[in-house]
Amino acid sequence: MILFECESISKSFIGSTVLQDIGFSLEAGQVLGIVGENGAGKSTLMNILGGVLEADTGQMRLLGESYAPKNPAEASARGIAFIHQELNLFTNLSVSENLFITSFPRRRIAGIGLIHRTRLREAASRLLDLVELPLDPEILVERLSLGERQLVEIAKALSVDARLIIFDEPTTSLTSRESTRLFAIIERLCAERRSVVYISHVLDDVLRLADHVLVLRDGEIVGRGPKSQFELGQLVTLMVGRQIEQLYPPRCSVPSPEVALELKEVSQPGIIENISFHLHKGEILGIAGLMGSGRSELARIVFGLETHARGTILLNGKPLPPRSPKECVRRGIAFLTENRREEGLLMDWDIARNLALVQAPFYARGPARLIRDAALLERVAGTAGKVRLDPSILQGMAVKALSGGNQQKVVLGKWLVGNPAVYLLDEPTRGIDVGTRYEVYRIINQLAFTGTALLVISSEIEELMGLCDRILVMCRGEIAASFEREQFDREAILRSALWNSHEFSSG
Amino acid sequence: MNFLPDKILLRFLANTSWLLGVAVFLFFGVLSPRFLEVANLVNILIQSSSAAIVAIGMTFVLLTGGIDLSVGAVMFLSAVVAGKMVLSGLPLPLAILAIMAIGIVIGCVNALFITRLKILAFVVTLATLYVGRGLALMISQTRAMNLPETFLHIGSARLLEVPFPILVFAVVLVSSHLVLSRTAYGRQIYAVGNDLTSGAKAGIPVFRIQASVYIISGFLAAVGGIVSVAQLGAVSPTFGNQREFAAVAAAVLGGTSLFGGRGKVFPGTILGAILIQAVENGLVILNADPYIYPLITASIIFLAVLLDSLQHQQLRKLARRKIRPA
Repeated sequence: MILFECESISKSFIGSTVLQDIGFSLEAGQVLGIVGENGAGKSTLMNILGGVLEADTGQMRLLGESYAPKNPAEASARGIAFIHQELNLFTNLSVSENLFITSFPRRRIAGIGLIHRTRLREAASRLLDLVELPLDPEILVERLSLGERQLVEIAKALSVDARLIIFDEPTTSLTSRESTRLFAIIERLCAERRSVVYISHVLDDVLRLADHVLVLRDGEIVGRGPKSQFELGQLVTLMVGRQIEQLYPPRCSVPSPEVALELKEVSQPGIIENISFHLHKGEILGIAGLMGSGRSELARIVFGLETHARGTILLNGKPLPPRSPKECVRRGIAFLTENRREEGLLMDWDIARNLALVQAPFYARGPARLIRDAALLERVAGTAGKVRLDPSILQGMAVKALSGGNQQKVVLGKWLVGNPAVYLLDEPTRGIDVGTRYEVYRIINQLAFTGTALLVISSEIEELMGLCDRILVMCRGEIAASFEREQFDREAILRSALWNSHEFSSG
Repeated sequence: MNFLPDKILLRFLANTSWLLGVAVFLFFGVLSPRFLEVANLVNILIQSSSAAIVAIGMTFVLLTGGIDLSVGAVMFLSAVVAGKMVLSGLPLPLAILAIMAIGIVIGCVNALFITRLKILAFVVTLATLYVGRGLALMISQTRAMNLPETFLHIGSARLLEVPFPILVFAVVLVSSHLVLSRTAYGRQIYAVGNDLTSGAKAGIPVFRIQASVYIISGFLAAVGGIVSVAQLGAVSPTFGNQREFAAVAAAVLGGTSLFGGRGKVFPGTILGAILIQAVENGLVILNADPYIYPLITASIIFLAVLLDSLQHQQLRKLARRKIRPA
């Protein structure tokens, strides 16, 4: 039975075509995987399905009836649930209130419709059971970890008894255990004859879950068919539109013996313990570990964003003052955050102004410390070229309108402007497409070639193995193991990351 | 591991408005026993009722992340119009209806500009503040207006021994507390204040909610105006002046965030309103220099906001994820 179908869907924004002549159909109980680079039109397509946007042309049918939602409420009334990539929870409300914010169970008392609190609690508990999240429904969402919030979001989608559930990049903030739980949930949904649209950059997951795969490129369908027709390399080729022979560009330099950054027994109670290592000039040092193993916290401590109780951090042999990101920037350390939306970019500013952000103070001259705009902009335009950002969109367009990949280029470019000597890169390729990934790897290699020292934190072991000279594995705030390039072994690395660890939750 | 002291500290910080209230009452009670007499306490309640009603309306607006600077002007304009009506011989109930209508109309104007034309609430309500006061000064020809006895009668009326201002105050308090904490609409106000775009995506009618809070604020400002006029028996050209700041102060003192999404009318806002009035009342009893009142009120508000900010920092510190046992 065909649950949903659409044909010749097109959409353009102010002249530029985002979607062109899209058509597909989806059977009840099946999973459709949609892949494509950032900016390929996946999100736009899903926004049309979910009633956030209206298509310019084309028809959609749901169970044979015409379907053209004007707003998200109408889409959800017709049984379509949309789990957005960014979380849409209200952190000041409780889990149960979030689950039923537009559909509270009510009872009338003296003519006033009050929330029926016992029924709310029961219904919320039932939904949390569905996603196997053992939480008190009264707990405020601000107390939850990102992974837990994601599961609450999924529970919310299940609350409307949806026939079609759209997942947009659902695993970006899940631990591997939580992802496994999510996959089990999706399988159960299909067993109940519900359909799922699954969008992800993690192609392995798509190939594992989906019955059919749809590949988008530049707003058009470039490949579709049952999963059995596709394998990984071929998907990548279709998405990018050209053959990527190697996912990782070859290294063309070796680390120098000179030390750029040194940590001596750095500790912070409850966070990290006794961290010591050397980072050499021209070296790419990877940090592996599970989520919550202290990787990001370590980078934040080095950059002075968080305090540490013991130990010293030396840059070129000289100690760094604690808790001073400003001094770190001045002395040539760059920190690329894993959270580009909130920490990496000023979303309402354009590319040029975002790129200029770090270096602006160094372009201030005269007694009034006025910033020399022209010189700064010229410098910024040069950097934009290095990260291959389209020069015509540097000014006037807010970065929030960019795709994730281009946004990440801006965050990276912001640091490149000042030529730092040490980079701390926290998840530099999170949520970005294959093409941009390759660009980021190329830039990292290029930096190492010029003698820059790089620390790369990543959840993807393959990425670290493809990129790094050396990998340190963190586990429960300690360095559990260290691997030289010739010793790289996926299983050994994973084993030491898991070694003796029980994942700590936020509680 | 200093878990226990943390918990005690949090308990303390979570209840600062109560503790401040108790401290103020004890302070004045020790200095002057007259302060804690029932008659005086009732007096404080009556005196604070008008400000508290206006502050409750303001809390609705603040919860959505907005602000309504026009409430003082609404009080003034509606009082002047009602006064004129009664003085020209129209019946009192009609005048009271007119007062409420004016509050609702100005609320609607604010709502229209803010939600339809997307102008900042601060700017829109600043404009309606000046327009409202200007109109009222024009109508009253900037002269004080003595109202007929009938107005004072409602001010001193009692129902089952409960003075009229306290009665109105109680009705407004109970209904607004119920609405905010126990209805879907109320919880959606908090949601909108937390994140407007998420609210829209979740299918909450965000603009209708934003519009409604300004209408509620305008209406309650008018009601607060009636309660105040009924006690004063006259409308001076400075009536309602700067009441918007008193309302914001009461809400903030009670823990309402200006960024939206956080705050309560009970105990928060009304405790704030009563506290401000109690301090003034206490200072009068102590015969303090009147010029010192604003300084003391300001210090108390500052202290409350400081403690609130400390509470938040402490909460964030406790919520921080521990990777390994410390």
